[in-house]
Amino acid sequence: MAKTLTQKAAPGPALDAGLAHKLLRDMILIRRFEEKAAEAYALGKIGGFLHLSIGEEAVAAGATSVLRHEDYAISTYREHGHCLVKGSDPRRVMAELFGRIDGLSKGKGGSMHLFDKEHNFLGGHAIVGAHLPLAAGVGFAIKYRGGDQVIVCYFGDGAVPEGEFHEALNLSALWKLPVIWICENNRYAMGTSLERALAQTEIWKFGETYAIPAEPVDGMDVLAVRDAVGRAVERARRDKTPSLLEARTYRFRGHSMRDPAGAVYRTKDEVEREKLRDPIALFRDRALKAGVLTEDDAKKIEKDVSDLVDEAVAFADASAEPPASELFTDIFKERG
Amino acid sequence: MAVMTYREALNLALREEMRRDPDVFVIGEEVGLYEGAYKVTQGLLKEFGPKRIVDTPIAESGFTGVGIGAAMVGLRPVVEMMTFNFALLALDQIVNSAAKLNYMSGGQYNVPIVIRGPGGPAHQLAAQHSQSMEVYFYHVPGLKVVRPSTPMDAKGLLKSAIRDDNPVIFIESETLYNVKGEVSEDPDFVIPLGEAAVRREGTDVTVIAYMGMMYRAMEAAEELAKDGISVEIVDPRTLQPLDTETIIGSVRKTHRAVVVEAGAGFAGMGSEIAAEITEEAFDDLDAPVARVTGAQAPMPYARNLERLKTPTKEKIADAIRQVCYANGSR
Repeated sequence: MAKTLTQKAAPGPALDAGLAHKLLRDMILIRRFEEKAAEAYALGKIGGFLHLSIGEEAVAAGATSVLRHEDYAISTYREHGHCLVKGSDPRRVMAELFGRIDGLSKGKGGSMHLFDKEHNFLGGHAIVGAHLPLAAGVGFAIKYRGGDQVIVCYFGDGAVPEGEFHEALNLSALWKLPVIWICENNRYAMGTSLERALAQTEIWKFGETYAIPAEPVDGMDVLAVRDAVGRAVERARRDKTPSLLEARTYRFRGHSMRDPAGAVYRTKDEVEREKLRDPIALFRDRALKAGVLTEDDAKKIEKDVSDLVDEAVAFADASAEPPASELFTDIFKERG
Repeated sequence: MAVMTYREALNLALREEMRRDPDVFVIGEEVGLYEGAYKVTQGLLKEFGPKRIVDTPIAESGFTGVGIGAAMVGLRPVVEMMTFNFALLALDQIVNSAAKLNYMSGGQYNVPIVIRGPGGPAHQLAAQHSQSMEVYFYHVPGLKVVRPSTPMDAKGLLKSAIRDDNPVIFIESETLYNVKGEVSEDPDFVIPLGEAAVRREGTDVTVIAYMGMMYRAMEAAEELAKDGISVEIVDPRTLQPLDTETIIGSVRKTHRAVVVEAGAGFAGMGSEIAAEITEEAFDDLDAPVARVTGAQAPMPYARNLERLKTPTKEKIADAIRQVCYANGSR
């Protein structure tokens, strides 16, 4: 099935300076933002769980690069990157992590529950597998209203053994809904490796089970992700066909900031080996070699992003805690 | 006004709201071609077509989530649970998604969804198909919970539920679908959520009861009237938000209260109402609040055991006499 899918690359493999700049900038934004978040966590400014996607940036950046503003995205609790590249203001995302009133959800959602209606980012869901049916529902609503939007649904390999993965894929295929299922396969559901969780470890093959187009894609290659998602988006817009993409990626950090230092579920060697395929370094080298970016361009992106993230932290720091009255607002939506 | 069954009243409410608002659709198992396991959706497929009357496979979590996702982006789904027992398969979707999305998103994404279907004790359906389900929902901040006892309420409250911008759990009853009563045919007629109804006025004791238990309490009240005990019956209709004002007001008048519920009593609706009365009207009480509840056991199949499990007219009458200190002294 993968063979037929690679024939028509919708956005095209052509890499120009504008695209290279955007992809590199988006990936570096996620990386630096999360590094800063980790620092703030260590300082006690961010509480609860904090799940970083460092190492997995190419999936969010590549997928989002083929979406329109009016398209939807929905994700897991490891969603800072998906939210940022969908267009959210990094200052408001950081303020949300800090639990402050200027956060996207006024500080009531936190790291695991980022929502941004202005950018059609539908959350931040922290029960594994539970947001997949919601994505099918958004696809249902798009079709109901006759629009040509799509929804991208990110989930981890840990969601695949859940019943809701299968219910949602089946419904999306049965009803032909414009959903692009993107499994970010980082090979570990918390500390449980793929082999210990799934009888079928080639996750994209579940697409065959539900008779929808599916393919594996190198999740460390932002252009490969962009091409695969681009094809899936084309199919979804044109004939409301859902697709399943298995983006093979790797998280360089722990499951969350609370991962034990001496975690034994994977080896240090393995982590170091995977870091050699850092998606940001790979793409920077490629863009430089292709001559679409210069060293100076890359440095400028680093500097601009670094300033932006510093500003986000300063903004979050300066933002007030939500007032006590916020405890009881938004439980129900009142008319008016 | 017209006389119709509870089932027909629900059907009319769905039709009227679907005619009024093109964003309203019905989704669930057997709602279309089969016309509803209990025929509540009879004829809807013919009038509205398969786009708006959506048959699903047996996948409660999946199709409930579909409803919630569609509601996040502005549609107004009515999700039918063939019976509310099956809602447990979708409990995470209801509790962790529907109830909390508006709060977690700081008010950005509300979920205007109705999840409806029959629940509560039925006739010899045994442990998995005959139980009171409301307790699983009214505890959760962010959910509204409705239990409509009459055809009029079924129509007026379902219309309000569909128009509400929040998730509403709307639990009907197999045993009431054939009950007949007067129903308004005015498409603008609605009954607001959160308002109790006084079913019978009285002066000696307040009985709080809903659904089948309300009808049994009415029978008990008729009987006790012959003995000179004047019973007031309050039907909460909506359990969340609960109209404590009407309940407390009635207790302040009668000075005695009996709470009836079909489900097991431990941490049930009766416990909550008894606590509210004790907190708000303790000094008005002439007797401790009494509860008549289902036994703390799964629902048995055998007819005699089923009768022992569920509150009967006799048990309700006994409790009323007890709080009136009228045992054997009438």
